[in-house]
Amino acid sequence: MSLSSYAAQPATGPGSRRSRSGPLQAWLPKLVLAPSVAISLCFVYGFMLWTFILSLTNSRMLPSYDFVGFAQYARLMANDRWWVASTNLVLFGGLFVAICLALGLLLAILLDQRIRQEGALRTLYLYPMALSFIVTGVVWKWLLNPGLGIQAMVRGWGFENFRFDWLVDPDMAVYTLVIAAVWQASGFVMALFLAGLRGVDDSILKAAQLDGASLPRIYWRVVIPCLRPVVFSAVMILSHIAIKSFDLVVALTGGGPGYASDLPATFMYAHAFTRAQIGLGSASAMLMLGGVLAILIPYLYSELRNRRHG
Amino acid sequence: MPSFARSFNKTTLALATAAAASLALPSANAAEVEVLHWWTSGGEARAANVLKELMEAEGYGWEDFAVAGGGGETAMTVLKSRAMSGNPPSAAQIKGPEIQEWGELGLLGELDEVAEAEGWDELLPPTVAEVMRHDGSYVAVPVNVHRVNWLWANPEVLEAAGVEMPTTLDELFSAGEAIREAGYIPLAHGGQAWQDATVFETVLLATGGTEFYQQALVELDEEALGGEQMVEALETFKRLRELMDDDMSGRDWNIATSMVIEGTAGMQLMGDWAKGEFTAAGLTAGEDYLCAAAPGTQDAFTFNIDSLAMFRVEGEEREAQQALARLVLEPTFQEAFNLAKGSIPARPDLDMGEFDSCAQQSMQDFQRTAEEDGLVPSMAHGMAVRADVQGAIFDVVTNYFNSRDMAAEEAARRMVNAAQAAL
Amino acid sequence: MDNVIRRRTVGARLARAALYAVLLLAALFYLLPLAVMLITSLKPLAEITPGTLLSLPREPTLAPWAKAWGEACTGMRCEGVGVYFFNSIAIVVPAVLISTIIGALNGYALTKWRFKGSELVFALMLFGCFIPFQVVLLPMAQTLGWLGLSSSRAGLILVHVVFGIAFTTLFFRNFYVAVPTELVSAAKLDGAGFFRIFWRILLPVSAPIIVVSVIWQFTQIWNDFLFGVAFSAHDTQPVTVALNNLVNTSTGVREYNVDMAAAMIAALPTLIVYVLAGKYFVRGLTAGSVKG
Repeated sequence: MSLSSYAAQPATGPGSRRSRSGPLQAWLPKLVLAPSVAISLCFVYGFMLWTFILSLTNSRMLPSYDFVGFAQYARLMANDRWWVASTNLVLFGGLFVAICLALGLLLAILLDQRIRQEGALRTLYLYPMALSFIVTGVVWKWLLNPGLGIQAMVRGWGFENFRFDWLVDPDMAVYTLVIAAVWQASGFVMALFLAGLRGVDDSILKAAQLDGASLPRIYWRVVIPCLRPVVFSAVMILSHIAIKSFDLVVALTGGGPGYASDLPATFMYAHAFTRAQIGLGSASAMLMLGGVLAILIPYLYSELRNRRHG
Repeated sequence: MPSFARSFNKTTLALATAAAASLALPSANAAEVEVLHWWTSGGEARAANVLKELMEAEGYGWEDFAVAGGGGETAMTVLKSRAMSGNPPSAAQIKGPEIQEWGELGLLGELDEVAEAEGWDELLPPTVAEVMRHDGSYVAVPVNVHRVNWLWANPEVLEAAGVEMPTTLDELFSAGEAIREAGYIPLAHGGQAWQDATVFETVLLATGGTEFYQQALVELDEEALGGEQMVEALETFKRLRELMDDDMSGRDWNIATSMVIEGTAGMQLMGDWAKGEFTAAGLTAGEDYLCAAAPGTQDAFTFNIDSLAMFRVEGEEREAQQALARLVLEPTFQEAFNLAKGSIPARPDLDMGEFDSCAQQSMQDFQRTAEEDGLVPSMAHGMAVRADVQGAIFDVVTNYFNSRDMAAEEAARRMVNAAQAAL
Repeated sequence: MDNVIRRRTVGARLARAALYAVLLLAALFYLLPLAVMLITSLKPLAEITPGTLLSLPREPTLAPWAKAWGEACTGMRCEGVGVYFFNSIAIVVPAVLISTIIGALNGYALTKWRFKGSELVFALMLFGCFIPFQVVLLPMAQTLGWLGLSSSRAGLILVHVVFGIAFTTLFFRNFYVAVPTELVSAAKLDGAGFFRIFWRILLPVSAPIIVVSVIWQFTQIWNDFLFGVAFSAHDTQPVTVALNNLVNTSTGVREYNVDMAAAMIAALPTLIVYVLAGKYFVRGLTAGSVKG
């Protein structure tokens, strides 16, 4: 790819003339961004505001504007299922992001060791991301069903006492979500890291090797710090998947057993759409967003401030 | 602008149907009804098709909008989205108190002319008619009456275990033990909230009777919800878990029914839509499979009525809509639909000769219990209380049923809170 | 990367063997569900019994695939998922193109024409990734109603573009950050304008990130269920909605083989894209400093 293709072109007349019409040039970038910003403001922030307003109302089946103050939030706080769902999100989200990052990094580093058949393996790790969560959920529901799937299969091999019944165990069901979600997304994270590793400057490594540092140490002290922007992108994408995990829960556990594997997204959907509780659903959505903000804003802030471009 | 969207849709639809060339429509520009429903399983769909053919025979078009999943949950989401965008379908499958909610929003159209001409007031049992009216006007039309409190059984399994069809809860437990010892699963069940609630309301009916059922699950009386009778009902309900297998979590109801059909399980507590599965498997009622009122509920009838509610529409579409309402209650459709669905017709005056023994018993029990105050609306199927209270009760029931250590007293206490959940 | 030290010692060989073992184990983990899907979709119904998930079909058959494509019933229509396939394509193609173009311009403006507050604008847009889609269903429905786009393809395309921009902007911004600024500065001194610089300098090197953005958006939109079900009429339903209808429709016995075949059909386009373009995908994610 030739970055110099432009440099070879002498500046042409019209270009110079345009540079003199400075104000327009200064405004163009902002003009280009304006539609997107407007869309963000309207469709993201406008809808958030609308949701916030609804969370202060007694809306039931369709939105109404009969204000009840923060009563919906009080109801939410007194709702046992909401606490289960929130706890589950922390558990599921934390584990999912952490395992995906660790597994993705590990596989990327291993694949980066001049492996035979690297392309085939890479595709194998990456393909789950192509599937929809509905499909992922349905397949894992099979595999994890004690009577149909892995447990039945292993028992069929003669291990009569083998147990793998997380799906029907209220204490463990939330971890089945982690398994399926990690299966789906970790390959994608691997691809991100692999790309990052390929982008690390060789000369740094050469220098470190000449200093006699061992390979693990080089990775830990030199390579991984270079991957910070990649980690940033990965965390963004993973946390968005975690927060939005809705289809997966519906297809894999249905929130069960009981409501042991409920997540805020399914809680919100159930209340706003199935139970004609749009007010309560909106309140839960606002708390969800609040939680996301509390975690992401500091992270975003530090990453965007300290980003050094090499 | 919405009108433009509508006409645009109609054009694309007309093009699509013309291109599909699958059905010879009577005429491309006949008035059409768009019907949103979740009758998606084979038997139901075939039955709904009868209605479509009846409409087409009269020269109206039928735009089928079937949305599967979650007992109509997905369909209701779509309906709300459509209503918000000011573009509701002509008719939608809505039931119970939810009809009233849509009515209060002023979105439903009235059917009084049709009701008058067809004499619905005389035709329909008062209990049924009451559900279909909002502000004194008919806004919906019933397609059937389901009974929820049924027990289904595989006679071969019962025979192998040496037991009869149980008629009391005690007999149910002892029969269950015998079936387990014979090497079968006593009670087929799917661990989903609505199925847990279906079994629960039946047990509550059996332990407490219809009066208690009315107090607790319809009137939401606090003393009934938190009292000793409730604790007893909850404890009995929890004992049923011992008759079920461990892998039930998340299982669909029809998979549970197929366990009874295949003879891996002995019995199932489920509404009479289960019959659709038996019929589809080519089994005959009373011979290949048995049905009886759920143990201890012989003098009660928990009803669940499917209905089509009509949205406010204009002009030609309204004309087609009125025709749809009329056709739904006509014997042709009532018979065809209910034969396929396992329910009984919404009008008691039909000849039940074509129906199987379970349906005939259902019709007899319906009329008998109607006179003896034994008719109760199903809480689990949205006939008794509004969706929010129902959901809150579901949460308590399913959580208690699946938790290892929650005491029945605690669940009863939560039940009281659940009923107060409505703002 | 040139950091592998090739010492032919026993230890090194053991390490190498362990490396391959780990990679193969991981491959098994990723392959298992796909294998189950494929095997199940090729079995006659009679062979699908508990505990035989991974046993190969004794009498392999393509009948489930044929049924899923053109015969399986949902409601009164017995036309499988094939018909809806083309609905999906009609929605996905424009939505992907539009959101990618907008994302590219945004990423370029945010990195090469920084202004006071541009980072804030980016952060604002980024947060759009995190709004749960359930939250926007009803306001979106109302907005589409106002715009006269309810239950139409145009409406669905609009929704996907609106909520895809945040991601495409993120991708392009992170890519363009690493493109050397010197050239752009030089071009600016020469008096080249905004679009000209984009066209002559940025676009020629953007192929890798365009691939990433297109693949990501294609996957997201193709696999969307919630918007598809809420904002489409029956004749504009995408394939995921048809799949859901099919899988949740049951006549007595669940035809797991047909369900799996339908799931595979619905997933094929995205799978093919990933398998064919996976290489470019990884390459594209490599920030601007592509080597060779």
